[in-house]
Amino acid sequence: MAQYFHSVTLDKERCKGCTNCIKRCPTEAIRVRAGKAKIINERCIDCGECIRVCPYHAKKAITDPFDVIFSFKYKVALPAPSLYGQFKNIYDINVILTGLKRLGFDDVFEVAKAAEVVTLATKHLIAGNKVQKPAISSACPVIIRLIEVKYPNLIDNVVPIKSPMEVAARMAKRIISKNTGLPQKEIGVFFITPCAAKMTSTKAPMGSDCSFVDGVISMSEVYYKMIHDINKITHPENLSTAGMKGISWAKSGGESFALGDERAIAVDGIHNVIKVLEEMEDDKISDIDYVELQACTGGCVGGPLTVENNFIAKNRIMRIARMAPNIDLVTRFDDLCNWDISWTNPITYKPILNLDNDMVKAMQKMKEMENIYNSLPGLDCGSCGAPSCRALAEDIVRGFATETDCIFKLREQVRMLAREMMELEGRMPPPFRKDE
Amino acid sequence: MMISLHYEVDGQDFALAGEASSNVKKVLKQLGVKPDIIRRVAIAMYEGEMNMVIHANGGIADVEITPSKIVIIMQDTGPGIEDIELAMKEGYSTAPDAIREMGFGAGMGLPNIKKYTDQLQIISEVGKGTRLEMTIFVK
Repeated sequence: MAQYFHSVTLDKERCKGCTNCIKRCPTEAIRVRAGKAKIINERCIDCGECIRVCPYHAKKAITDPFDVIFSFKYKVALPAPSLYGQFKNIYDINVILTGLKRLGFDDVFEVAKAAEVVTLATKHLIAGNKVQKPAISSACPVIIRLIEVKYPNLIDNVVPIKSPMEVAARMAKRIISKNTGLPQKEIGVFFITPCAAKMTSTKAPMGSDCSFVDGVISMSEVYYKMIHDINKITHPENLSTAGMKGISWAKSGGESFALGDERAIAVDGIHNVIKVLEEMEDDKISDIDYVELQACTGGCVGGPLTVENNFIAKNRIMRIARMAPNIDLVTRFDDLCNWDISWTNPITYKPILNLDNDMVKAMQKMKEMENIYNSLPGLDCGSCGAPSCRALAEDIVRGFATETDCIFKLREQVRMLAREMMELEGRMPPPFRKDE
Repeated sequence: MMISLHYEVDGQDFALAGEASSNVKKVLKQLGVKPDIIRRVAIAMYEGEMNMVIHANGGIADVEITPSKIVIIMQDTGPGIEDIELAMKEGYSTAPDAIREMGFGAGMGLPNIKKYTDQLQIISEVGKGTRLEMTIFVK
């Protein structure tokens, strides 16, 4: 269960069995079967492309219901910085945090603050050559999962530091426990998420045994709860302590900006990310130290659970960040040692592409696959339920589909059958034949 | 059991160089070949492709995959290599300035191919062309 938990799921009632999602899935993880989309768990990386592309809104992200917070004595919200870009005409983070707190939280702890800690630790690793360059950011869980299943040669390039969400959860629990005297288990910390992948990463953590996050709540759900009263806040509490760098993490380019390394690139959008990973795998990217990769266009502000248009949100984040202090939370890396921010479990290769565990059998299947592929029409129409003719050929050799799943193949066979029937129909027993 | 792959490498298009090695990479992943082997094959083959694009106006690449080894044969009808020993030296390059300005032609092509393969055979004749045979053992 833990291994294959996915936040991205299907609402069967709404699914029409069309081909939109199978075509856009970057890992070819969806097939249409019996009129409904079916997600192949091993292949899904929770990027949320299918959520965005489905015209019937049949794909959704499972997050925790808001009421989950009430099962804890002391409730703490951990807002992702992308939340700050969601509200029209609001540029004061304190107003947003006050509004959030009023939903029933006892306290808020900004993930942007933890992001500053992650930046500092990353700087330390790069400067000390403790990670293979170009170092890949580990903040977006979709990217980590993608590297695990498809780019095993890049595992050593991934920065082995927990995500800002996890770091925030650990910091919040420790600091609040110390200040209030409450045991950590009575303090519930809840991440306000812009995406499905963060939910998945709390159920099946990457780089560590367990997540410190007690619940993950959808940003859009929080947004609709806050929107009624947020304009009535005239005296916001002074809650924000995050600086310009941490806030910038909400958008693509923010991590690189925070790092201050000019040999850094920021790539957003899963299909762009794949192109860069391919090039990195071939050693083609050589004069770069740091690669910030985000599955969503625009970065976290483009997450499938956000409300605001990602371009507008990005602009708003930049304006808010500019007003925030340009200070570092902690100035020396030594101060961070007790925050337990490094990965404890390295990530491992989880191959999904191999046709068979035995290479000789895999070679046989590949030959068979080539033959099947060459006999298919090559239209990539998707009517068979697979995203392309090549994917259907692969499904056939894997035993998940048959050649007649292709409507053109089926038609060909029906035509052959009809011809045979005509021929048989024309045959007569010997006594009735016209000639010998 | 052997899988044979054949590619024509277009000499006119820098952007397309690397397409053959990308394709081979995908095939090897599907065959379940170990990641470090795939990496060596991909890098060696990409360097070979780039060499053919930069110096020889393209050529052909044949890849033979068996459970014990991967053999890549790259042939072109380019200018040939005058002094193979010199060409194997890191940093030595005959690439024209225009190519160097684009960040290619750093003189690492052949040395890298040598570094990432288990066996490398180069046959070259000036004015006729070059044939590279690279072998990488799977086990």
